Amino acid sequence: MKPQDKHIGGTLNRVDGHLKVTGAATYSAEYELPGMSYAVLVGSTIAKGRIKSIDARAAERAPGVLAVITHFNSPKVPGFTPTGKDPSQPQTVGGRLKVFHDDLVRFNDQPIAVVVADTLERARFAARLVKAEYAAEKHETDMSAGLKQAFVPTQAKKNPKSPVADYVRGTADAYKTGTRRLEAEYIIPTEVHHPMELQSIIAHWEAPDRLTLYDKTQGTLATRRDFAKEWNLPEENVKVIATFVGGAFGNALHSWPHESAAIIAAKKVNRPVKLVLTREQMTTMVGYRPHTWQKIGMSASADGKITAITHEATGQTSSYEEFTESTVQQTRMMYESPNVNTRYRLAALDVSTPIWMRGPGEATGAFALESAMDEMAYLLNLDPLEFRLRNYTDKDPENGKPWSSKFLKECYQMGAERIGWNKRQLKPGSLRDGEWLVGYGMGVGTFGAHRGSSKANVRLLPNGTVVLQSAVTDIGPGTGTAMTQIAADALGLPPDKIRFEWGNSQFAQAPTQGGSAIVNTVGPAVQEACMAMKEKLRTMAGASNAAFASARKEEVVFADTYLTLNGNPGARASYADLLKQTDGGFVTVESKPNGENNQKYSMYSFSVHFAEVRVNPLTGEVRVSKLVSCADAGTIVNQKTAGNQMKGGAVGGIGMALMEAAVMDDRFGRYVTKDLADYHVPVQADAPAVDVLFVNQPDPHVNALGTKGIGEIAIIGVAPAIANAVFNATGKRIRELPITPDKLV
Amino acid sequence: MNQFQYIRPSKQQAAIEAVARDANAKFIAGGTNLVDLMKRGVMAPQKLVDINRLPLAKIEHENGGLRIGALALNSAVADDRQVRERQPLLAQAINAGASAQLRNMATTGGNMLQRTRCPYFYDTALPCNKREPGTGCGALEGINRMHAIFGFSDKCIAVHPSDMSVALVALDATVLVSGPKGDRRIPFADLHRLPGDTPEKDTTLEPGELITAVDVPDGPFTKHVSYYKVRERASYAFALVSAAVALDLDGNTIKAARLAFGGVAHKPWRLQTAEQFLVGKPATEETFRQAAAVAMQGAKAFKHNEYKLKLAPNTLIQTLKNAAAA
Repeated sequence: MKPQDKHIGGTLNRVDGHLKVTGAATYSAEYELPGMSYAVLVGSTIAKGRIKSIDARAAERAPGVLAVITHFNSPKVPGFTPTGKDPSQPQTVGGRLKVFHDDLVRFNDQPIAVVVADTLERARFAARLVKAEYAAEKHETDMSAGLKQAFVPTQAKKNPKSPVADYVRGTADAYKTGTRRLEAEYIIPTEVHHPMELQSIIAHWEAPDRLTLYDKTQGTLATRRDFAKEWNLPEENVKVIATFVGGAFGNALHSWPHESAAIIAAKKVNRPVKLVLTREQMTTMVGYRPHTWQKIGMSASADGKITAITHEATGQTSSYEEFTESTVQQTRMMYESPNVNTRYRLAALDVSTPIWMRGPGEATGAFALESAMDEMAYLLNLDPLEFRLRNYTDKDPENGKPWSSKFLKECYQMGAERIGWNKRQLKPGSLRDGEWLVGYGMGVGTFGAHRGSSKANVRLLPNGTVVLQSAVTDIGPGTGTAMTQIAADALGLPPDKIRFEWGNSQFAQAPTQGGSAIVNTVGPAVQEACMAMKEKLRTMAGASNAAFASARKEEVVFADTYLTLNGNPGARASYADLLKQTDGGFVTVESKPNGENNQKYSMYSFSVHFAEVRVNPLTGEVRVSKLVSCADAGTIVNQKTAGNQMKGGAVGGIGMALMEAAVMDDRFGRYVTKDLADYHVPVQADAPAVDVLFVNQPDPHVNALGTKGIGEIAIIGVAPAIANAVFNATGKRIRELPITPDKLV
Repeated sequence: MNQFQYIRPSKQQAAIEAVARDANAKFIAGGTNLVDLMKRGVMAPQKLVDINRLPLAKIEHENGGLRIGALALNSAVADDRQVRERQPLLAQAINAGASAQLRNMATTGGNMLQRTRCPYFYDTALPCNKREPGTGCGALEGINRMHAIFGFSDKCIAVHPSDMSVALVALDATVLVSGPKGDRRIPFADLHRLPGDTPEKDTTLEPGELITAVDVPDGPFTKHVSYYKVRERASYAFALVSAAVALDLDGNTIKAARLAFGGVAHKPWRLQTAEQFLVGKPATEETFRQAAAVAMQGAKAFKHNEYKLKLAPNTLIQTLKNAAAA
């Protein structure tokens, strides 16, 4: 490829693809350190109460065991202040679980001990020998009980402008007086992220005050901050390495008890400690999408204009930590309606703390809103696409601001054409393929085009390679690949001359990977750092070369071993000479969002998903036979990795719609779906070839690259598209996910 | 994992003696279920007797039937030309089970002897009479969506998870067993048992008895057969309900039928009354509906599996239709 070719918008293969498929990529559990020891957590078998005693004698005597740590003998963690408030009172914001800190059990399978041994097998064996006695108390894990005591999130009480505070436009609950109105409740169960890679950490105290963590995390700096605080260390004394992350979907956005436990264990045994959760512990110890109850009230005029929407949602949280998400946000801004109000509440139960799961609250909320849109269209005898067009908004109805860009209408058109929407019949149950009923449905998704602040480091090596460094992680979307493309274009170099290094807290500051914000945020920093380095090198060359001194940085060309100028090939400054100067080409740049633009514009990515399903009328089996996902996500940096991300989100949406549910036996407060045989995620046979279409129009206001982000909108709206298609096929409206055969038979 | 002994005898008799004289010994073949249960702490044998060196993997046709060795891999059986031609129902049922990777490890004998997937059986922190007699049945008043509607007791409402066994019980197979007291033949329908008061016992095998082969008699069921499995995803999931149907048709008249359900009882559930009902009747949807109603006589649901009272007959109707159209 010629260096002047544009790489942004291309199809560069993943820069780490070869490492990954050959097994050469090192994930956090795969590092080997001298003197490594292995830790296995013991979970509580009650959901609430106190630990009366722990008999660890047999475990301590077992071969190879180095330590059994419980709250009776745990090293003191300076950041664990005494638990002050009564954990049975849910009205506190609370904080992360302080592992091995007190005798309280707050959820079933809470870590109550960690066994450290010289091999994993010996640790696992000894962990089974640890016996606890409890004084059990009455627990509550049943959402229907939680709903009765739902409360306003503390942050909303403190700040009425909080995104989770009640919102009213026009008149609250105005739908109740509408003549054409509906009111319906929608439920999603607890869903679990279950990335392929298990949560894992190696904790290594390199000195009594210096800690290195090889950790599965989405944010190396957030992890550093949390554990520096926990151990009262300066942040620079904590190093976090997360070069490769085998999927996360949000469950590595938080710091969890197993991480604290590994660090405590490493302190106690004075050796590096490796701790890998079991698949079962992935259900209980590292968050989940919260069980959420929602109600939508909607009214519309005879000509298909929405006159009012009310969206209520209550999400589950733990008794010790308030977790909130933007479940009702899409309702505030998606459709033109003079009257809109939202209410978001929490239900605190004796369970572990939830965490954002891909598409976070918006995916949950879109199931309710987009199902209701379909219900209202049916009530009005309107095509659901036409109904959405009649309520399309050209500015943000929540705040009256213009959109930074919005091409959702274009998405509607492209997607409808690709799925064959014209085949859809208004009357459910009209289409068949042999014995199977056929239906079509659509669902819309949106997510804020967030951009934060970020730095990037860049330096030139004498061989002409450019090295960039960022603390950002790459949990799978291809961040390293996109950044390589952005740098290649900024410098006019081929991608193989760029080396982007990531996943290390010692690299330049970058935010946690999440919320679809990384290309928006780190991309500009990379671009600006490259431009700054170019200018710096030009200036350095200009000190002894008048041609460079008078050139503009846009004219600078990176040749194999020297810098030259466009249109003046005689001008040469060798890298070797330039780099003899003290700091070489090293540049650090900080890139910040444009505050003025943020004030002026409302910034969102948009998507629409169209589903074609087949339903067996006898057995209630649902097969998604076609899925078309269209995205208005601004500039698409890499068609291949972006397409891949969209497909992954769509498949996740199939799981959400048709099979994913973590089921708890409330008598014990204990999940009964803890492995991948019982907790179903889609297999290859469940996923049709997903058609992905991008509008690919740059957004002029989010950043100079024109990107808006796609990670979340890939899944937001997929589940209702499928649920709506099931209704179109069968006439059965399923308002509680997942849509399993028992609900249709 | 607990410490255990591991031996790998090359003589069948030595393997049988090793298990017969040690109550804590277990045979192991593919290990796709036993190893899993050992890792979860559900089973803790002190001795594993690996039978993979025994010459029990042959698939042969002799004396009017197929003889499938106990160590024949699930994938080998499903792909075997003789099996596909003479007993296509069996091939279909095997391929409906597990995943390709598991079928490449799992054996014929092991598939029959896999334990239930009831979550209470799998979690040592929850009660289960099958795992720990006397602790109670967790599923009875708990989460019982996947559980039995036939043949259960108040001690256990778990279901048998095998697909292959559903076809074998329908096809009148016979299990060949070798034990410390000699060899014997067990009609397939008598291999698995109902839970009664002793749900810890899955089968009628005596201590030390080793399944060496299964015989599947030739029959007229080479064309109009269907195995249909309703599950929560397209592959790699246990059945909500499955049905095995083999029909012998004369024109549109049913000369003979073999029917069985999976996912409804502690054993693969043969439906002989419904089979008899079908004989001499036309192969129409109406007939199938009536047969399905007959098949469901005596079914009873729990809190979460009421849907099976409708899904099971509907699945049977769908499977009968598929078989008739095959």
